[in-house]
Amino acid sequence: MSVLGNISRSAMAVWSRNKSVFLVTWKTNFLPPFLEPILYLVAMGFAFGTLVKLPAPYDHIDYAQFIAAGLVANSAMYGGFYECTYGSFVRMHYQKTYEAIVATPLNIEEVIAGEIVWGATKSLINGTIVLLVTFAFGLAFFPGLVLVPVVAFLAGMCFASIAMIFTALVPNLDSFNYPFFLFIAPMSLISGTFFPINILPGPVQALALAFPLTHVASLMRGMSLNLLDWNMLLSLAYLAILTLITFYIAIYLMRRRLVK
Amino acid sequence: MRAVIVAEKLTKKFDGLRAVDGISFAIEEGECFGLLGPNGAGKTTCIRMIQCVSPVTSGELTVLGMDVKKEQRRIKAVLGIAPQDNNLDPDFRVRMNLIVYGRYFGIRREEAEKRADELLAFMSLTDKKDDQIDEISGGMKRRLVIARALVNNPNILILDEPTTGLDPQARHMIWEKVRELKRKGVTVVITTHYMEEAQQLCDRLVIMEKGKILVEGKPADLIEGHVKKGVVQVLDPEPELEAYIKLRDWSGERLGDIHYIYTDENQAVRSDILTRFPRANLLIRDATLEDVFLKLTGRGLKD
Repeated sequence: MSVLGNISRSAMAVWSRNKSVFLVTWKTNFLPPFLEPILYLVAMGFAFGTLVKLPAPYDHIDYAQFIAAGLVANSAMYGGFYECTYGSFVRMHYQKTYEAIVATPLNIEEVIAGEIVWGATKSLINGTIVLLVTFAFGLAFFPGLVLVPVVAFLAGMCFASIAMIFTALVPNLDSFNYPFFLFIAPMSLISGTFFPINILPGPVQALALAFPLTHVASLMRGMSLNLLDWNMLLSLAYLAILTLITFYIAIYLMRRRLVK
Repeated sequence: MRAVIVAEKLTKKFDGLRAVDGISFAIEEGECFGLLGPNGAGKTTCIRMIQCVSPVTSGELTVLGMDVKKEQRRIKAVLGIAPQDNNLDPDFRVRMNLIVYGRYFGIRREEAEKRADELLAFMSLTDKKDDQIDEISGGMKRRLVIARALVNNPNILILDEPTTGLDPQARHMIWEKVRELKRKGVTVVITTHYMEEAQQLCDRLVIMEKGKILVEGKPADLIEGHVKKGVVQVLDPEPELEAYIKLRDWSGERLGDIHYIYTDENQAVRSDILTRFPRANLLIRDATLEDVFLKLTGRGLKD
């Protein structure tokens, strides 16, 4: 089955559709990603952080610097995941947007691909906003920080693809409570975002290493603090492979759900 | 005339159920072709196979000579689809709906804007161009759906239940626009269960039931071939009248509180009854496509 072979550049028309909607509503979309990290930085990073002494290899950096990258990673994850769960489900199920689009030369594979690339774009936008906030607080540094948005986009491709798998499977909007509370929430806490994973017990640490967010946070931290090491290449490879697999599964399942 | 849509033993199965069961038909260029049938007859499934969104189970189906199994992209580029449920994009205003839809066909912005303005004028929606979708009436939404189906200048326009739920004014306006498009050479395929609509618009039609074609032909020929010229409806006949009708052996049937008498001699039957039962409640009319439809598909409820 040529799931990926059916995707042409016209998938970008779906991306453009979502971009056009975003450009109309960006004012209401813009403020929350700005405000939330400021609250977290002040409360967790600067206040709570004065009580924290990080273990090696982070013993030379401030806690605020440590969680800054975690906040960027989290906002990138939520951006893409939210867009391709709630956002995509509403377009697919309630607005019948997919049905309208597949009556044009576009096919369902292109619709889903366009949606996922748009989800990744939301990750890029939200991640970059939070990155700018952390930069303003002196918690991210040139030149490494310019690579962070690239990672945010790649992370977005991964989380949007995973989100789309859930969207292909859930019967209704309420069902998204399950992936959000049982998958995304735990991941956002134990992926080396708020504390280093090496303090976790062995099995939990292994689980954390399987979570894509762990690799996103560690890449972003290494880049924004200019602490590069070879493990980052492994993280990058892991994310890329996971993205390819989940992207393929998402399109396969969506086709199974919608083509009848 | 060349055939633009040809189906040969076309079949669609859903979980063992034959929604479309080996039907064959040919739709000619420039005609208005009707797919009629009760709910669940397989009309919309047929349309969905033609528009390449529902895979064919078996049989052949071509659009302008192109196979729906192979050339989906090229086929969809020459079709205009107005689906049964309005799936306009609520995230955009009226005019922007057309422009965004044009984008899916690869139409560039300036051209799409020009086209959108022409189509809004054609469908009398220019005043509403900056309205939100949920602010306009059901009739306007239907007109906008049809305008949207015309964005790519289609050779073939497919209208699935175009006037269901509309008031008479909105319905007549849509009929007028469909005839105008036909005069411009657009082939129109229409599904409906309004017989008046089919009689008004269709050059030829098929009546479907349970996935099969029952009859095919021109509306007038179908009426002539399948039912008598006229119908006398006797409302709530008293037992003596009912007995008398049986005695006369006119062809007809009793359904609910009406006895239908099918006859070529409306007036003769009428005076025959009225001389004996002066207070009988009679309705005399010409036979319509609806009588053909009901004769072939039965008068009982379908779902």
